[in-house]
Amino acid sequence: MKINSIFQQQRIFHRFSLLFCSGAYFLFFSTTAFASITVKDARGIEIRLSTPAQRVVSLLPSLTESVCALGKCSVLVGVDRFSNWPKSVEALPKLGGIADANIEGIVRLKPDLVLVEKSSPLIARLQSLGISVMAFDVQSMADVQRTLRQLDTVLGSAESGAVWDRIQLDIARANRALSPSQKAARVYFEINAAPFAAGKTSFIGELLDRLGMQNIATEKMGAFPKINPEFVVQSKPDLIMSTEASPKQLAQRPGWKSIPAIQANRVCFFSAAQADVLVRPGPRTGEAAALIADCAMRLLPK
Amino acid sequence: MRPSLSPRVLALIVVSIALLCLGALLGSGGIAWGTDSAIVFDIRLPRSAGAWLAGALLGLAGAIAQGIFRNPLADPYLLGSASGALMGVALVLGFSHALTDSGLALIGLNSGAFIGALLGVVAALILAGGYRSSLRLLLSGVVISVILGAGNALFTFVRPDLYQRFQAFMLGNTSLLDWHGVSLMLLVWVACIAIALLLSAALNALSLGESTAKTLGLPIDQMRLGLIGVLALATGAAVAQTGLIAFIGLAAPHLVRRFANGSQRIHLLMSSLAGGILLLASDLLARTILAPLELPVGIVTAVLGGSYLLLLLRRQGLGVSA
Repeated sequence: MKINSIFQQQRIFHRFSLLFCSGAYFLFFSTTAFASITVKDARGIEIRLSTPAQRVVSLLPSLTESVCALGKCSVLVGVDRFSNWPKSVEALPKLGGIADANIEGIVRLKPDLVLVEKSSPLIARLQSLGISVMAFDVQSMADVQRTLRQLDTVLGSAESGAVWDRIQLDIARANRALSPSQKAARVYFEINAAPFAAGKTSFIGELLDRLGMQNIATEKMGAFPKINPEFVVQSKPDLIMSTEASPKQLAQRPGWKSIPAIQANRVCFFSAAQADVLVRPGPRTGEAAALIADCAMRLLPK
Repeated sequence: MRPSLSPRVLALIVVSIALLCLGALLGSGGIAWGTDSAIVFDIRLPRSAGAWLAGALLGLAGAIAQGIFRNPLADPYLLGSASGALMGVALVLGFSHALTDSGLALIGLNSGAFIGALLGVVAALILAGGYRSSLRLLLSGVVISVILGAGNALFTFVRPDLYQRFQAFMLGNTSLLDWHGVSLMLLVWVACIAIALLLSAALNALSLGESTAKTLGLPIDQMRLGLIGVLALATGAAVAQTGLIAFIGLAAPHLVRRFANGSQRIHLLMSSLAGGILLLASDLLARTILAPLELPVGIVTAVLGGSYLLLLLRRQGLGVSA
């Protein structure tokens, strides 16, 4: 029964073969001549697509967010385990994490483009299976802009300018909202309870700079330095932001009770959802700036 | 037959005290005399003393492990205490998130590690069907480590969000030691070293071989159980406060073996002191080389202890009698 119907369909196709062929030729030439997309990815390798990607797998939360911010959430057919924004991506197939990606699941989705982080071990394997892979290296604010543009190209959208402008607007607004004395406050941003700080060259450090705030970590410490906790005590930060250790845990650390921020109870503890916004360089950067500014305005005197 | 404190033991004690003083001086900005006394007393001293005590506990545990198993490769983590401690940390981390209560904070994590380490050893004892055979104990310890290790790997797989905190514990960390932890470790160390010295005759006997030891009229099995208890307690206390610091327990006994002149009592004491010196010196280097940044202390420990061990090997072999 099923086979019969397929044969029937084939016969119908035969009748229209002439029309079909001419259409195909037209499409083929038009795509190679006018709509062919080439873009260099973070590895410096040229990605070539004949049409904008229609079935996209994103294996990095910030890339998932960027795709959706460009209005192309609908082309996503699968995401990594950590992608959780916007809400709609939670319904998509989850394809594992960095170390345990589900290659079979990715291949089964027949993506025409897979978006990955530059150092992902998956790149070689996916390419050997004949799947187009585009690598990204998103660390800084400039990377966010470049990523949005590149995604615009491969997805056939034209939203990157607007998205980027809105981010800039949000950062400027957050900056204006802070008073000079709030900006003069010394800030310690703790990424991890080991403790690792957010250094000046990190994405969060860049945000603090853009807001005009003073990071206790110095330039030459690098992006995410593991610092001596004593350094924090000696730096006497006026404001502490933390994504992992709670204010209570911070106060329990040896000698930390003498820190002005802890004495005056000026510690912002960001929830996991807020931490996602803060640590992912992506389209929600403006929101991240607002989170940091809100914390400063709430806890520091005008 | 009470051996007097040899000059070498005294030398180790002097070095320890010198390093402790250095630890109070060396801060995040290099040597600084005129700093806040609060920083010296609340941060540097507990950190230095804590690092020394953790090293001393691991050194003692390592010497006991190598003595009981008559194996120069034995280390304190051998009987499943490392993977047990990790499992304890994993459970506390998992549940503290489920309860969303920050009260299950560091103290919870530390006692979780301690209980886990002890349970790991108990599990190894049960699996070995008792404590009468060193070989069975050794094997069951390895098996427990593998099984619990798999459980820990599963945990990081299921809860990747907690991986970083888990890893911080796995690498070992001396930077957040406080007086509370120091006093706990001091208590455990005093108790452990006293018991270990009392039971050191068993190690002397065991060094002659298991069957010979049994003919000596000592209650070898009970003494061995006591030593395993000390081993578990010392390792658990150190792991609970500083995480899994590798290599101290393995290297410290070797570093001092040739000074002990075959006396297990002196060897235990010197191993413990050497362990303390090794970890404290590593901690001092870890926090000054890149100050105010820090290196993971485990890396410094491995480089420092490893290179000295290599030097010893080249010079004269390790003096380990088979």
